[in-house]
Amino acid sequence: MNSGVKKLSVYQIITLVLIVIIAVVVFLFPLYWIITGAFKTPASVNSPNPDWWPKEWVMRNFDTLFDKRSAPLWELHVPLSEWFTQDHSQIVFSTGPTVPAAFRWLINTVFMSVMAMLLTCATASLAGYSLAKKRFFGRAVLFSLIVAAMALPKQVILIPLLREMSGLHLSDTIWSVIFPIVGWPFGVFLMKQFAEGIPGEILEAARIDGAGEVKTFTTIVLPMIKPGIGALAIFTFINTWNDYFMQLVMLRNTNVLTMPLGISKMMGEFGQDYGLLMAGAALASVPIIIVFLIFQKYFTKGITMGAVKG
Amino acid sequence: MKNIRKALALVLALCMVLALAACGNKADTPASNPPAENSQPAAPESQPAEDEPGTNDLTANLTLATYPVGKMTDETVVKGLIADFNAVYPNVKIDLIYLDYTNGDQTVNSMIEGNSAPDLIFEGPERLVANWGAKGLLVDLKDLLPAGTYDVTAGSCTNAEGAMYELPVCQTAHCMGINKDLFTEAGAMQYINEDTHTWKSTEDFLKAVEAVAAIHPQVGVVFCGGQGGDQGNRALVTNMYGGTYTNPEHTRYTGNCAENVKALQALVDVNGIEFDPGIVGGDEINLFCNGTLAMATCWNVGAAQSETQGLTANFEIFPMAFPTESGDPVLQGGIWGFGIFDNGDANKIEAAKAFVKFMTEDEAQYAKIVEATGYWPVREVAGMYEGNEIMTEYGKLVPFMGDYYQITLGWPEARTAWWNALQRIGAGGDVQTELDAFVAEANAAAEAAEAG
Amino acid sequence: MAKVKQQSMSRELARRETISGYLFLLPSLLFFIVFVVYPMIMCVFTSLTDATMADGGGNFIGLKNYVDLFQDPIFRKGLLNTVIIVVVSVPTVCAFSLWVGARIYNMKMWACSAFRVIFYLPVVTGSVAVTVVWKWIYHYYNGILNFVGTNLGLWEKNINWLGDPKFALGCIILILFTTSVGQPIVLYVSALGNVDHTLVEAAQVDGATDLQVFWKVKWPQIMPTTLYILVITTINSFQCFALIQLLTSGGPNHATDTVMYYIYYSAFTLYRYGYANAMGVILALCIAALSAVQFKLAKTD
Repeated sequence: MNSGVKKLSVYQIITLVLIVIIAVVVFLFPLYWIITGAFKTPASVNSPNPDWWPKEWVMRNFDTLFDKRSAPLWELHVPLSEWFTQDHSQIVFSTGPTVPAAFRWLINTVFMSVMAMLLTCATASLAGYSLAKKRFFGRAVLFSLIVAAMALPKQVILIPLLREMSGLHLSDTIWSVIFPIVGWPFGVFLMKQFAEGIPGEILEAARIDGAGEVKTFTTIVLPMIKPGIGALAIFTFINTWNDYFMQLVMLRNTNVLTMPLGISKMMGEFGQDYGLLMAGAALASVPIIIVFLIFQKYFTKGITMGAVKG
Repeated sequence: MKNIRKALALVLALCMVLALAACGNKADTPASNPPAENSQPAAPESQPAEDEPGTNDLTANLTLATYPVGKMTDETVVKGLIADFNAVYPNVKIDLIYLDYTNGDQTVNSMIEGNSAPDLIFEGPERLVANWGAKGLLVDLKDLLPAGTYDVTAGSCTNAEGAMYELPVCQTAHCMGINKDLFTEAGAMQYINEDTHTWKSTEDFLKAVEAVAAIHPQVGVVFCGGQGGDQGNRALVTNMYGGTYTNPEHTRYTGNCAENVKALQALVDVNGIEFDPGIVGGDEINLFCNGTLAMATCWNVGAAQSETQGLTANFEIFPMAFPTESGDPVLQGGIWGFGIFDNGDANKIEAAKAFVKFMTEDEAQYAKIVEATGYWPVREVAGMYEGNEIMTEYGKLVPFMGDYYQITLGWPEARTAWWNALQRIGAGGDVQTELDAFVAEANAAAEAAEAG
Repeated sequence: MAKVKQQSMSRELARRETISGYLFLLPSLLFFIVFVVYPMIMCVFTSLTDATMADGGGNFIGLKNYVDLFQDPIFRKGLLNTVIIVVVSVPTVCAFSLWVGARIYNMKMWACSAFRVIFYLPVVTGSVAVTVVWKWIYHYYNGILNFVGTNLGLWEKNINWLGDPKFALGCIILILFTTSVGQPIVLYVSALGNVDHTLVEAAQVDGATDLQVFWKVKWPQIMPTTLYILVITTINSFQCFALIQLLTSGGPNHATDTVMYYIYYSAFTLYRYGYANAMGVILALCIAALSAVQFKLAKTD
């Protein structure tokens, strides 16, 4: 800990310089390139002699991005209405003002990530507690199933999932991305590891005191696995935000696209317009980066928590 | 600490509000809301049948998927067309799905697999007739064909059994584009017949490429990244020495003929042309327009008229036919139109047919949609593109349009095999061997399609 | 009599335990069964048919898809590429993050968190945004990598990074690397900070060198963290799909095809659903086996 007093050895200086170079070139530069690229002129973007710093700052890329597609800012529909209408369309009762679709995509992405996060945390903490502390028939089998399914890439179940979603009238809705993520058992596994740390005596004592199952869970278990829930929340949020594959297969309508998918679709359509793509990438990444920088401490804490018991 | 927690709670609460807001997400009604203002239901010339009631009470929710044919993925244009339709059919809501040539096929296929295929789709026969139509997913639209449609065009949209899975709307001839400034500078215009837009011979084409290569690092590419744009390099290869891609009956592939081998070998050998598996046709056009490449093989009048492409190029773009020995080029046609997926709902099919009929039958409306595509109509439309210089100039190439062989059985598989063969040739593979492999694979797919 | 009563009591207790156990599991189990287990079963089922697009399920053809699979050179190539990605990226990520973690964990607070933030940035930026910018950086004609490389004389003329089978996979692994090391570094920093100091000091008193202290004292203590990192990095590497779909679509000539991408491609470009599902089953088995091994390792530790 008192290495600050010691003089840095040559080896230490070399590694430090190396780390700084790698950090700047490979980790910081792409982000810098996104943000400056978003404000460059098409000529500058397409030039074989790149401008390290935009010679001329223009909003053209954002203007184009916003002009291309529009969508209502929100649409509220009657829950489950698609089950009752004749052609399984939703009954929309409130539609927001028409805005550039990118804003809707941002809302969709946030909605998707937050929803997946909340549902995963809720279901996984219940299940993790049960698997760790309850003794019941089929527990071992279930747990092995969960472990086996944990590392499964989603591509594996892609086709059956597509058919299933249409059967549930969920095709082309954000939910079709959220539900498989919630079903993914990694969260259960993580929460089980956490719940194992709860001493059995406390639970036993609660039972003797006559506390019901629900009360035991909310007053004793929940506070004890709270750090774990934090870790899982961050993990799920980031993973959902980045879960490009499910979005690609499940979502098509402009109104339900997410930010990453929106950019990838633009990439298909305007392949070489890197200025436009950078504007999209900046819009997709800068908000979450700001959130990350503000809550940086909690992020790192959450990530570390996940590993202590994971 | 407390403050941060409060802020966190606030952010979460905000998220929840937004979350609720984002709940509804399916079945929006782009046409029922704001665009309705743009439409002019009273436009007198748009409705010929005045004896009909002003509006029709047909009710349905449809999905229209469009590929980027001209402005067919431009939101304002497409929504404008739909608004015209909704002025007459106010109860038919049309959802839009915009496709691109990179992910579009997969998107449509995943929709089909999820039992939610789009009701209407706008594309060409290679996808509509040879792919989804051949799989029995589309509705025969023969009865909607407007009188006066060119027989050749209609024929290209019809399969061997006579079912018409695409109702043609517009067409063009795919050609090459060259950077005239660069060609002039390199002294390469001497190899070109400027008035007919043809190369004097294949030999001259290769000389021109070498000449430009001497002053410009990269003349052209044989792009082979997959997906769209294959009409460009197919036409280049088959024209050079008069080879063929399929047999005249459109049942088997002949892409490995000696003429094509010779042509591809020449492209491998010539300076200034590279095989690039990193890009697709659309990328080539962009690289051409921003001056990186001196010529494009995936060119057409639509690209020339596009604001993001041809119109912003800072050099003169000169359209060219593909090089031939005979001086008689065979251009690849592009025909685009509507297909209707059979989702098992007669009402939806009826509504979709009403939409297609509305767009194509009445001449004024038809001219509007053709103009949106930026290509030529498939029947005589009086006064179309009068005084439009670009259209007149490119129109000179249309008579060179040749056989529309893209409806050969097993086309999607053949196209994939073609990309892979080009990629292997680009990586140093032997031309004959790789083309043989392509033909074997493509014919296997054709046989499978024939059997199934 | 008392014994019988006790037995029935405990049986009653076990019954209640089972019921409450399952009730707690129910919400999670519902999602798990409906969206993971059921599709998985359907996947196994379809893999035994020649199902293709819109044919209502296809005919039962037994294990033919599996037999075909092992004769399919593209599948073998995809498998090989998947293995290469995992084998290259997992150790690289672990070693790099350990190296960086060990160097920065005892720095001043602000410096340490600055480094952590920087290395974590690509993760929050999102895989698609990162991929898009790297595609531009790697661009054959206008990419800054070629600009810098040729100007510094590192290579003579522009290299088609993503279009050349020699480089494409390496380029993809580099991007995967940048989006993977963030979490491991954070983990190592905290694990190294928690190492028992009395042991370290004791070793130093005994005259152990820094390197000896690291391997003999610290390494065993951060072993659980290393295992966790191994698991998450492996999962991450297997799931690398966006990079491939957006950068190369598996090309050039299948040089960057992975099994994940080939499943997508077989299903939606070649319409071979049965075949794609068979591939999925094989992949699932491989991964299950791999996680079993990793768990065995973790258990013995």
